Amino acid sequence: MIPELGHFALILALFVALVQAVVPMIGASRGDRAWMGVASSAAAAQFALVTLAFGCLVWCYVVSDFSVLNVAQNSHTDKPLLYKITGVWGNHEGSMLLWVFILSVYGMAAALFGRNLPPTLRARALAVQGLVAFGFLVFILLTSNPFLRLDPAPPNGMGMNPLLQDPGLAFHPPFLYLGYVGFSMAYSFAVAALIEGRVDAVWARWVRPWVLAAWCFLTVGIVGGSWWAYYTLGWGGWWYWDPVENASLMPWLAGTALLHSLIVVERRDALKAWTILLTIVTFSLSLLGTFLVRSGVLTSVHSFAADPSRGVFILALLAGFTGLSLTLFSIRAPSLKGGSLFAPVSREGGLLLNNIFLSAAMGAVLLGTLYPLFMDVLELGKISVGPPYFDMVFIPFMTPVILAMALGPMLAWKRGSLKTAFARLRISLALAAAAIAVFAAFHVSWGVAASMGMAVWLFAGTMETLAERTGFLRAPWRETKRRALGLPRSFYGMIASHAGIAILIAGIAGSTAWQSERIQIMHIGDSVALGGYEIKLAKVEDGIKGPNYTAMRGIFDVSRNGVQDIALHPEKRTYDAPPRTTTKAATWGDFPHNLYAVLGDPDPKGGYVTRLYDKPLVTWIFFGGGLIALGGGLALLDRRYRVGAPTRSKYAGRDG
Amino acid sequence: MKKVFAMLPVAVFAVLVGFFIYRLVLIDHGDTPNLIPSVMIGRSAPAFDLPPLFDGQPHFAAKDLQGKVTLINFFASWCEACRAEHGFLGEVKQAGIRLIGIDYKDDPKDAKAWLARMGDPYDEVVTDADGRTAINFGLYGVPESYLIDKKGVIRFKQTGELTPDVIRSQVVPLARELSR
Repeated sequence: MIPELGHFALILALFVALVQAVVPMIGASRGDRAWMGVASSAAAAQFALVTLAFGCLVWCYVVSDFSVLNVAQNSHTDKPLLYKITGVWGNHEGSMLLWVFILSVYGMAAALFGRNLPPTLRARALAVQGLVAFGFLVFILLTSNPFLRLDPAPPNGMGMNPLLQDPGLAFHPPFLYLGYVGFSMAYSFAVAALIEGRVDAVWARWVRPWVLAAWCFLTVGIVGGSWWAYYTLGWGGWWYWDPVENASLMPWLAGTALLHSLIVVERRDALKAWTILLTIVTFSLSLLGTFLVRSGVLTSVHSFAADPSRGVFILALLAGFTGLSLTLFSIRAPSLKGGSLFAPVSREGGLLLNNIFLSAAMGAVLLGTLYPLFMDVLELGKISVGPPYFDMVFIPFMTPVILAMALGPMLAWKRGSLKTAFARLRISLALAAAAIAVFAAFHVSWGVAASMGMAVWLFAGTMETLAERTGFLRAPWRETKRRALGLPRSFYGMIASHAGIAILIAGIAGSTAWQSERIQIMHIGDSVALGGYEIKLAKVEDGIKGPNYTAMRGIFDVSRNGVQDIALHPEKRTYDAPPRTTTKAATWGDFPHNLYAVLGDPDPKGGYVTRLYDKPLVTWIFFGGGLIALGGGLALLDRRYRVGAPTRSKYAGRDG
Repeated sequence: MKKVFAMLPVAVFAVLVGFFIYRLVLIDHGDTPNLIPSVMIGRSAPAFDLPPLFDGQPHFAAKDLQGKVTLINFFASWCEACRAEHGFLGEVKQAGIRLIGIDYKDDPKDAKAWLARMGDPYDEVVTDADGRTAINFGLYGVPESYLIDKKGVIRFKQTGELTPDVIRSQVVPLARELSR
């Protein structure tokens, strides 16, 4: 009964989406307020129906209803409750339902918060949103229906991929989808603006919070996924340049560029056509990621049940949404008048530079990701593009971005002066030079010294920007405090995100440069020296029962100068269903060291393969990433985006 | 001019979609991107003649594959995963399979030191310093292992480390069957 209810709700949602896509669009072109008004009620109905469907699927998983094919294929009664719930989106069908569920949440939010938008723009944006939902609902119902029944029902399910049985699955995909799908909101606004033929500061002010929200979620999703890979895959890596990782990085890069170009549209009424294009590209890259991951056109370690017939469908959706909007762009873009002019050296110029290089980096990642496919199709051979390519192209494109990142906020709008900016950043310059000299003296490679110099430059420069704006140490203390309280939250958001990037760079450079590792066969009682620590394999306990696995656990005693500090307990788990083995690395950090232990297979002579790493500063990568997302969150709380902010009536008045 | 620029994104995108469609058609005809590992299965091992790692030992060439079931294991001293599988290669040899190590793009000095430290389970170790033989085998990366039958035909390929599970459940039973 419950699965049928969910199935039925999805079918109803499909029709509601169709109404939402068509009626307000016609209403907007006719100027009919009643027809336009359908948009928000349809969005609300859509939200209610998809939520019901999603709730039904979660219910089927929680009660382990194996008469539902999707549950039987992916769940098991022995799974802990958390993994029964997260298992809903641990497979293709369920994750698509999560996708559409999040889409409906955004639609609902746009309907709620969009009351003071120009009515035609709001109606059209919600109509485009309805069209996106319609496309994906057709996709789910025709090719990926999670509510299909199985008769007779098996006594138990087939279980979930053990790698996914981790708290990581609870947050990683939902955050990624909140990011990907969030960009659909900006896309809908861009298409609506193209239909209206008008892009202005009000539009930018309306779109930016959606982009900010999506970008924050995507950042959390990527950083969280990286952390998850770090502690579960057992090789101590946190980024593998795998196609699926690239699929999340590309919209992130485009979204980051978009965040910055929207500032220019909002403040200076310039870069309009470019910003619209970037909005379309950002969402298209989210769709492209979905296509690449689920169609099986590329080889990846992230195994989604790849299915060409689904691939054809997603490609049709991608071609439809991107193709139509880009065609619309080609018609309307020439008539979008560029606003004010600006000198190359100016805040706008800096943001444009940021856009150019971020886009170039995104293009390089895109090329590297699709290159094997191009070669294959052109019959030039099957190849794989690995980390050397990505490191080689990504770093040079990102370097100017990082260097300019400290400088940009110090430049004035319209016409800035590099001389003044550098003069204001002289302490940072000195610190960066000192950092490079110190690290070079420590015999690290020039690349690492330069990276550390960049990190110091960016961090110090960001702090100097903060000091500059608040008059820190120059103005009286009370004045500094007054100014600090008066600065907008978006400014603090920028400070936090830029500082986060600096910390991230230091983490990447540090963990690569000072990493040390020992891979060997250890017997009980053997010791290995690593990073100034003595790591002893004290014992190995076998047959430890978990809820649905049996584990072998290594007890490593870690001591320093003969004093025992802590113990590391890595595990090797063998799951009952399906019977697969996973490693659970143990990590422990004590600044600057970060120990990482993996217990491998036993060898015939009673030893164990063990992999021990010391990765100094590696946690800075995840901390920096978190700070980047936090900055986005701060900016989102800025007064000027809040409902009921003083600016609202002014703009609403102008458009209404 | 401006109009031409505005058309550019949609034109580029159309080309991209063309590539995707063609790739999906290829998949439909059974040519998946994951096919790489199986391309060499059922084919004769490519011709090679490699010099030994240790002085005074014989060369090993493709013709030497005749008459005996052989596991060719590409490894390198700089390869992390090779260390992980190294301890289990003994099981391959115990099962009566001839074990040939091909040291891939490596400094012979490092390789010798590595084998001295980790143990040398191989019947013979030869070197592929420029990686040309590896290319002919279609090597993805190290470690990689190929099980070759008595007639020199590749029957099984393992990309990545050989785990005890793979050795016991796949390599050894298949080799036993091929030795008959």
